Amino acid sequence: MSEQKVAIVTGASRGIGRAIAIALADAGHHVVVNYLGSAEAAAQTADLVAERGVRALVVKADVSQSEEAAKLVDTALEAFGRVDILINNAGITRDGLLMRMKDDDWNDVVNTNLRGAFYMTRQVARPMMKQRSGTIINITSVVGLMGNAGQVNYASAKAGLVGLTKASAKELAPRNITVNAIAPGYIETDMTAALGADALDALLQHIPLARRGTPEDVANAVVFLASDKARYITGQVLAVDGGMVM
Amino acid sequence: MANDVFERVKKIIVDRLSVDEDKVTLDATFKDDLGADSLDIVELIMELEDEFDLEISDEDAEKISTVGDVVTYITEHQG
Repeated sequence: MSEQKVAIVTGASRGIGRAIAIALADAGHHVVVNYLGSAEAAAQTADLVAERGVRALVVKADVSQSEEAAKLVDTALEAFGRVDILINNAGITRDGLLMRMKDDDWNDVVNTNLRGAFYMTRQVARPMMKQRSGTIINITSVVGLMGNAGQVNYASAKAGLVGLTKASAKELAPRNITVNAIAPGYIETDMTAALGADALDALLQHIPLARRGTPEDVANAVVFLASDKARYITGQVLAVDGGMVM
Repeated sequence: MANDVFERVKKIIVDRLSVDEDKVTLDATFKDDLGADSLDIVELIMELEDEFDLEISDEDAEKISTVGDVVTYITEHQG
């Protein structure tokens, strides 16, 4: 059997999510492109996926709402009959210092980054258990491993994803489902573009490879972990960060 | 009616737990006689829900221990 699989990528309209969708398409997999905000960008991602000769399906859904997460997975199952790969990538930031952080800044970030991943994992677990195969990859962050001033919400949610990864890896392993996490470091995206030159210089001091990574660097790791070559790897957190966290 | 339910339940159990058909009796317990672990039981419950188009609450699911319990539950709750 060829290794053509069906992948759902949440938050795939831009940045790392888009790069992951494209890389999975390059690997020959069909891709469900989930987005919430930007329909136009999601359609562009889908075009880039379809150009590679696989099917792309765009689905708008707010994964932090359980009904919408369910709808996303159901739509994928109706279209393709199976789901082999789930990439929990959807994420947002609402930075601010701890003492001044608003309740909503905390809730929005935890809901999208962590709760959304839980809903999606719960939802795909059922078809994957029936299939006796599947792989889930959570996109966390080095910030979840080492903390970052001004991001208590984001760091907490991303650290939570590590717990979700390990606990679900243990629970789903008997059904041949693997769950891993990737922790990107400083990657060139809209999310990090907001940093000033001084902040960037300071950061580079802490990166042994002395440069920022690209979304493709992260996507390459995803493709590996989603492939049969990684079938004996589960419950792990792989940092793609130029050596920032060791 | 109950007999038909039993046959359908039996088929699912045989498929899911890979046990011999003659081991699946009304008195057989999932845990001890059929060797099901907690994950197997969750899977079975989900499959039975699909097959019989009903929802088995966690509370009710906890009370189920034998194949006969399942057949009785389904017979009583089918619309």
